[in-house]
Amino acid sequence: MPESGAKTPEPALEPLLVELAQPGRYGRHVRSNDAADIPEAFVRQAPLRLPELTEPQVVRHYTHLSQLNYSVDTGMYPLGSCTMKYNPKVNDRAAALFADLHPRQSYRTTQGVLALAYELEQMLAKITGMNFVSLQPQAGAQSEFTALLVFKAYHAKRGEAAQRRRIIVPDSAHGTNPASAAMCGYEVTTVKSDARGNVDLDALKGALGHDVAGFMLTNPNTLGLFEERVSEVCDAVHAVGGLVYGDGANMNALLGVTRPGDLGFDCIHINVHKTFSTPHGAGGPGAGPLCVKAHLRPFLPKPWIVKEADGSYHYDTAREDREPAGLGDSIGTIKQRLGNFGVLVRAYTYMRTLGEEGLVETSNDAILAANYLLARLRGRYQVAYDRTPMHEFVLTAAPQKRKGASALDIAKGLIDEGFHPSSVYFPLIVPEAMMIEPTETEPKETLDAFADALLRIADRVDTDAASLHDAPVTAPIRRLDEVSAARKPVLRWQRPA
Amino acid sequence: MSRNSNPYSPHTDDDRRTMLAAIGVDSVDELLTAVPANARRPKLGLPPGMSEMEVQAHLEQLAARNMKAGDGPFFIGGAIQRRYVPAAVPALAFRGEFLTAYTPYQAEVSQGTLQAVFEYQSLMAELLAMDVVNSSMYDGGSAVAEAAFMAVRATGRKRVVVGMEVDYTYRRTLRTYSRGPEVDVVEVPSAQLAASAAGAACVIVQHPDAFGTLVDVRPVADAAHAAGALCVQVTEPHACALLEPPGPLGVDIAVGEGQPLGIQMSYGGPHLGIFACREALVRQMPGRIAGQTVDVNGTRGFVNTLQTREQHIRREKATSNICTNEALAAIVAAIYVALLGPEGLRAAARAGATRAHALAARLAAIPGCEVANDGPFFDRFTLRTAMGGWALRNALLERGIQVEATAAHYVDGKRQGRDDVILQCTELTTAADVDALATAVGALARSGDAAMAR
Repeated sequence: MPESGAKTPEPALEPLLVELAQPGRYGRHVRSNDAADIPEAFVRQAPLRLPELTEPQVVRHYTHLSQLNYSVDTGMYPLGSCTMKYNPKVNDRAAALFADLHPRQSYRTTQGVLALAYELEQMLAKITGMNFVSLQPQAGAQSEFTALLVFKAYHAKRGEAAQRRRIIVPDSAHGTNPASAAMCGYEVTTVKSDARGNVDLDALKGALGHDVAGFMLTNPNTLGLFEERVSEVCDAVHAVGGLVYGDGANMNALLGVTRPGDLGFDCIHINVHKTFSTPHGAGGPGAGPLCVKAHLRPFLPKPWIVKEADGSYHYDTAREDREPAGLGDSIGTIKQRLGNFGVLVRAYTYMRTLGEEGLVETSNDAILAANYLLARLRGRYQVAYDRTPMHEFVLTAAPQKRKGASALDIAKGLIDEGFHPSSVYFPLIVPEAMMIEPTETEPKETLDAFADALLRIADRVDTDAASLHDAPVTAPIRRLDEVSAARKPVLRWQRPA
Repeated sequence: MSRNSNPYSPHTDDDRRTMLAAIGVDSVDELLTAVPANARRPKLGLPPGMSEMEVQAHLEQLAARNMKAGDGPFFIGGAIQRRYVPAAVPALAFRGEFLTAYTPYQAEVSQGTLQAVFEYQSLMAELLAMDVVNSSMYDGGSAVAEAAFMAVRATGRKRVVVGMEVDYTYRRTLRTYSRGPEVDVVEVPSAQLAASAAGAACVIVQHPDAFGTLVDVRPVADAAHAAGALCVQVTEPHACALLEPPGPLGVDIAVGEGQPLGIQMSYGGPHLGIFACREALVRQMPGRIAGQTVDVNGTRGFVNTLQTREQHIRREKATSNICTNEALAAIVAAIYVALLGPEGLRAAARAGATRAHALAARLAAIPGCEVANDGPFFDRFTLRTAMGGWALRNALLERGIQVEATAAHYVDGKRQGRDDVILQCTELTTAADVDALATAVGALARSGDAAMAR
C-alpha cells in the first residue's frame, strides 16, 4: 500500500507521486548532519507526509507525465491569441548565463544585466513607437493592472482622480481587461462591436464622458482584424481627456507593419512569451513589459535604469537599494527591479538573432500564414466577420452546430487528427467561435495538413456529426467530467482520515 | 531563392508565391489596407540579425560583466535564496513537452501539466498544512497583494494591517497594488500586529520575518479572528519543513515565494507565488486550480476547475485578473520536493539554520559586533557593527563578499536607526565562506577606518 494510504479506485494514466512512494526511499541531493537549534515552541508538530522516492522513480514519473502533453516542440499548436510559435533553444541557454544572480546584488556587480535590460527597453520602445518602458510586469494581465495604476496616477496629478471612475472595454476584449479594470477600482463599461468587427464608434462616443479614465483596445482585435478607424477611436477617447491602453497580445501582427504609438495609443504592453518567442511553460511564466509615451513616464514603476556617458549603468534611486522618501509621481513598485528577467533575456536573444529584417519578416509571414489558412478553409467554414485578417482569424461553427457538432466537438476532432485545437468559445461575441493563429514558424506542408484535417472534420459533420461527440479517441484520455470536478472539488491527493 | 531574414521561418520563395496566389494577392502589403497609410511600414531602427554563434558570444560578453553569486562568498537572501538545485530538476522540467506547452485549455492533451500541477498543490498543502493551494501566482509579492485583496472581498473591509518586518519588496508591491482599489495599508511593528486588528480585513505577518526572526503567529491569528479579520502569514518553504506550518497556527491565507524550491534566482524572476487558504475561502481564491475527476471511461484525470472565479469566464467580477501564471515554476518546485523528500528538505533547511547560528556566534565574538535580531532567528540574522550596515556592505563588496544592508527595508523614516547587514545562510554556505566573512569583518572592525563609514 502507498505510504499515505491513497487509493486508486479507477485506472490511471500515471500513478501519483504519493502512490509511488515508500518510506525510507530517498536520494542524497542534500545532506546535513547538523542539528538545528530551534526553540521548542516553534518546532513543527504537524506531520510532514511528503512522498519518499528515488531519483530514478522521479525521473520516470515526470518523463511519463511530459509524454501526456501536447506542445509546440511536438506539433502545431494554433491557439488563437496565444502566438504558439517555435521557441528557439539558444534563448534558454542564454538565460542560463544569468541564472546565478540575486536581484538584491549591487548594480556594480550586475552591469551586464543592466546593459541588456537597457537595450531591451530601447528596442521595445522603437518597435512600439513609445518613449519609455517598464520591464517589471510579469505577465500581460499584471501589465494591464500596472497601466491602469499609471492612468489613475496621471489623472490624480491633474486633479481628476475622483472624477475619472470608468474604464471602457470592447465586447471583444480579453477577459483580463475588464478584470484588471475592476481590480484597479474602476467601473467597467462594455461597448459593442460593429458589423465589420470594429469597435462601434458611435457606441463608443455614446459611452465616453469626462468620467472616463481610459479605454482598453487590442489591435489587431481578438477577431484578428485591424481596427479600421483606430485613429478616430483614439481621438475620441482623448477628446474627453481619457487615455488609450493597448493590449499587445496581438503584436505579432505588427512588427514593422505599424507602431501603436503612431496610431494614437498612450501605452501598450508586450507579451514577450507571444511575440518574442519565450516558451509558455505550460501556462507561464511570461513577461509583460509596459511601453508608454513620454507623458506617462513619471508614473512608471521604480526604479529606472540610468545609462551614464561612460557606458556604465545604475538605478535612479538615491542609494541603490533604498526606496526614496518620496517616489515622485511613480506608482511604486510592481516587482523588485526588472521583473521576470530570465524571460526577458530570452526575448532579447530572439530580437538580436532576428534583427530588424527578421522581425519584419516575422509579422509578414504570420499574416501570410493566417490568410493562406483562411483561404483554404473559406467555403467549408463560416468566417465570423469576413474581411482580411491579420495574423489570426475567427470562424464560427454555428452552421456545424446546427448539424449536430459544436466548436468543442470540432476541437476534440482536431486532437484525433494529430493537432492541438484552436482556441474555442472566444471571443465571446462570436457564437461557437474557433480562433486560429498558425504563426510564422509552421511550414506550408503543416498548414496544408491542418487545413486538410479541418476539411475532413467538416465532411464528418455533414455525414456523421454524432461521431465527433466521442472525440478524442486517440488522446491519452477521453473527455473529462468537468461538472463533477467543480461540484465536488478534489484539489489535492486524498489521505486516510 | 533568397535566404530568410528570420532563421526560424520555414517558407521558401515558392511557398510564399503559392500562398499569396491562393489568397489572391501579389504581396503581403495588399493585406494591410486597414492600416492607416501614414503609419504603415515604419523603419524601426533596430540592429541587424546575428547568427546563433554570434548571439551566443554577445550574450556571454554581457554575462561576463556580472559578478555571479557563486563567484565569491555570498550571504544575500531573504525572499530569494541561493540553494542547491539537483541536476534532475532542470533535466525534467525543461523537457519541451512541459516548456513549450501552454495553459491546459484542452485537458485530454494536457494531462502531464494538469497532474504535475495537482501534485504541486498536494505537496504544498502538506508542507504548509493548509487545505487548498492554487496552481501559482507570479511571485511572493503579488501573492501578498492578492491575499490582501481576497481578505477585502471576504470581509467587506478596506483596511489591511501589515507588519513592518514583512519583506520590504512584498510591502512595496502591496502598497502599489492597493492604490488601485484604494485599500488602506497600515504598517505597524510585528509586535503591535495583534493590537491593531480592529476593523481590518486582514493582518499580515511574516514568520520567519524579513530579518530571520521567529515570530509567534498564534496570538496574531487569535487577535485577527476576534476582530473579524483574516490572518495572512507570509512564510518560506524550507522553514516550513522545520517550523510549525501556517495551518496549525490558525492562519487563513498562507503565501510565500517558492523560488527556493529548485528555481534559479535569475536576477528576480521568473519565480513562484505560493498561495494557500482554508477550504471555506476557496471560492474567493485567485488563480487557476487543478482538480481530480474521471473521463467517460472512469479513468482518473485532471482538469482546471472552479473556473467561475476566473477572468476568462467572470470578467470584471472575477476574483483576480491573473491569466498567464508560473505553472512551469510550480512543476519545478514539485520535482524538487519529490527528489529531496521530507528528509532532504529538512536537511537543506537545517543546514541553513545551523550555519546561520554558527556564523552569528562567531561574528558576535568580534568586538564591536552584535546580532541585532529581536529574538531567536532561523536561517538569517542581522549584524550590527560600529561602522554601520551600509558602509560594511560596501567594504565587504570591495573584498568580493556580497551581503545585503538593511537600509532598503525601512520606508519613509520608520524604524530609522537600524543600519545593519542581513546575513542569509543555506546549504550552499561553506566553511570557507564563513571564514572569509568573519576574517573580513574582524579586520574592518579593527581598522575602524573612518573612510569606510562614508
